[in-house]
Amino acid sequence: MDFEPKILGIACNWCTYTGADLAGTTRLKYPQNVRTVRVMCSSRINPSFIIRAFQLGADGVLVGGCHPGDCHYGTGNLYARRKLAITKKILEFAGMDQKRFRVEWISASEGNKYAEIVEEFTRDLKALGPQNTFRIEKDSRERI
Amino acid sequence: MSRIGVFVCHCGLNIAKTVRVSELAEFAGTLPDVVVAADYKFMCSTPGQELIQNDIKKYNLDRVIVAACSPLMHEKTFRKVIANAGLNQYLLSIVNVREQDAWVTDSEDEATAKAKALINGAVYRARLLQPLTARFIDVNSDVMVVGGGITGIQAALELAETGKKVYLVERNSTIGGHMAQFDKTFPTLDCSACILTPKMDAVLQNPRIELMTYCEVEEVKGFVGNFDVKIRQKARYVDHSKCNACLACTEKCPGRGTSEWDEGLVKRKAIYIPFPQAVPQKPVIDRNACTYFKKGKCRLCEKACGQSAIAFDQEDTFREIKVGAVIVATGYDLMDTKPLVQYGYGKYPGVYHALEIERLFNSAGPTGGKVVMRDGREPQSIAILHCIGSRDKNHCEYCSRVCCMYSLKFAHLLKEKTHGDVYQLYIDMRAPGKGYEEFYNRLVEEDVKFIRGKAARVTDKTDNPDFAGKLVVEVDDTLTGRFATIPVDMVVLSPAMKPRTDAKEMARLFNLSTDKYGFFMEKHPKLAPLSTMTEGVFIAGACQGPKDIPDSVAQGTGAAAEALTIVVKDRLELEAATAIVNPASCCGCQSCVRVCPYGAPVFNREKNVSEINEALCKGCGLCAASCPASAIFTRHFTNDQVMAEMEGLMEF
Repeated sequence: MDFEPKILGIACNWCTYTGADLAGTTRLKYPQNVRTVRVMCSSRINPSFIIRAFQLGADGVLVGGCHPGDCHYGTGNLYARRKLAITKKILEFAGMDQKRFRVEWISASEGNKYAEIVEEFTRDLKALGPQNTFRIEKDSRERI
Repeated sequence: MSRIGVFVCHCGLNIAKTVRVSELAEFAGTLPDVVVAADYKFMCSTPGQELIQNDIKKYNLDRVIVAACSPLMHEKTFRKVIANAGLNQYLLSIVNVREQDAWVTDSEDEATAKAKALINGAVYRARLLQPLTARFIDVNSDVMVVGGGITGIQAALELAETGKKVYLVERNSTIGGHMAQFDKTFPTLDCSACILTPKMDAVLQNPRIELMTYCEVEEVKGFVGNFDVKIRQKARYVDHSKCNACLACTEKCPGRGTSEWDEGLVKRKAIYIPFPQAVPQKPVIDRNACTYFKKGKCRLCEKACGQSAIAFDQEDTFREIKVGAVIVATGYDLMDTKPLVQYGYGKYPGVYHALEIERLFNSAGPTGGKVVMRDGREPQSIAILHCIGSRDKNHCEYCSRVCCMYSLKFAHLLKEKTHGDVYQLYIDMRAPGKGYEEFYNRLVEEDVKFIRGKAARVTDKTDNPDFAGKLVVEVDDTLTGRFATIPVDMVVLSPAMKPRTDAKEMARLFNLSTDKYGFFMEKHPKLAPLSTMTEGVFIAGACQGPKDIPDSVAQGTGAAAEALTIVVKDRLELEAATAIVNPASCCGCQSCVRVCPYGAPVFNREKNVSEINEALCKGCGLCAASCPASAIFTRHFTNDQVMAEMEGLMEF
């Protein structure tokens, strides 16, 4: 069987989660590799979530937020943008392929963008193969 | 140990068609701590709700998971369901197996596998959920309506009728909006001003409506029930408290500005009221056109004014108001047709756009209601071109909805006023409305020439000597299959209705989303067409998408009712998922204080720790993710809860 990557999505309630809903409402088809956690704002995302996702065996992590300037809370995604940019550097430093971590700004009206990104990300991750850099098997996991 | 119940909804066939629901329920039943798992055709129906409530009691459940549509649809419904069965409403987890699963794949296997992972994630999270207590805040009972077009007017009048105080904010010096520019309205052909001006006057007379013309909203802070709005009163250079509306000033004024009202077809004075029935009936000075402001000399209006109302030293002033709800009804702009060079607007004087022709029809317009062209001739033949920019993938893909009908109205009025030949060049005739198709049939009888085809070009160059001095409209007639050239004196373009040019800034101001064209986005296209993602802010009229007058009025009334559902309450329940600081781990760095856009974290100098003012907290979680000591928890989205959900999601 082909390798099916697992993508952990973290989407903000107001833009990306709603955009992902819109993709469904308009019956766009995209790969089922993404499983999404809803948070209220991308600024809620602690960099440790990303690292944890990789430890849990995610082959890729997709963070979605409102377009910069359009944050429901005003400035949340601007903080998220900075924090996640640093997270990306840390991941790279720790040996993680940068291509496995994507941060995308997807508005509530961009259902098609959401579907396209999931499609593209799944394709890229298939090419990269399974992520073993951070993966910790269940038996040896400890809570962060 | 938790006692979790999992309830899988079929949503008719919406979910059940792609997700094997009974297999899913069976699977859920095998997960740790799940004591009951069931599936049902419609969980949101009364029997579905009762099923959940009965199981809560029967199995003594302390957590409920509903696998159904998006939480944005029914989270509130199911919270109520479990609350009515005695459970805290926050002990609920919704698994989105419709919008983000069943609807986005055709593969049963993939959809079912994903649904299993999603339910597993929810089970992991549910175990860690905590009961939360709702907070209440006092509600300000006033409403602000932004935009004084027909939609805003309607909303303001309805709200005032219920006894609420309304601030009606309009950026122009008069209310009335586009409707006040029209001569007649389709399909009844009643006079626009005759039906609009009584409403404008009613706004002025109503003691509960505070009319704020020549004003712009500068800043909106706060949240549902308690918005703080800063409003800029632009300098009018006329003290309206002194002005008695004699308009002697406008007679003496030598300055000339472009009349926005007449779509630039004529000039107006520098001190002016836009049109005779303007509300309020008091002038403003156009600084850019005023001789005194330009040259430092003149002040003729000041001399003419018996009330000493002219105030050249007036400046913009600011005012803060508090309201419980906001209705945004900022309307539309007509597409600028100049970039569509093939139609020659701006190049050939005989080409007009829809609003210009409205002004030519209007007895208060630049020609006193006569259809006379820029060169003084009365046109003997006129072509009306539909879908200019609309239904065009290069510009606006959408149908602007009103153009077919107003083009028919134009045809009727042009026939009546000029007795000339009138051509309609249309792609499809769209007449979906009460009396609209009948109006179309009437026009067919009126000897208007209908040509089915989109105009390709308007030109004055032709080899045919009979066409000399004419504008030639070229069109592919799709009914005859022939290429036609029509010589006419006048061309009328029916351009697309577009979002206001500053819609994006408006959206940011009111925290609204916009669709891909820039129109404001409703919360749900069918079931919440007037609500937005920002609670307490409603949209109505053409700012949400092209609309005709009846639809706009209906939305104005609807938005008033929506706003009323908030301001009629004394207190409002707020989301309980706020942040909380654990003082034992807080290091007092005040990162939270610096990042919070609402000023919710406050530093307690005595204890050297931060504390969250819950009344201000919106629960975004920024502070929690910014806290280097992990001392802040975002209730309902704690680190543990999020990471547990992730763990569950990644297991399958």
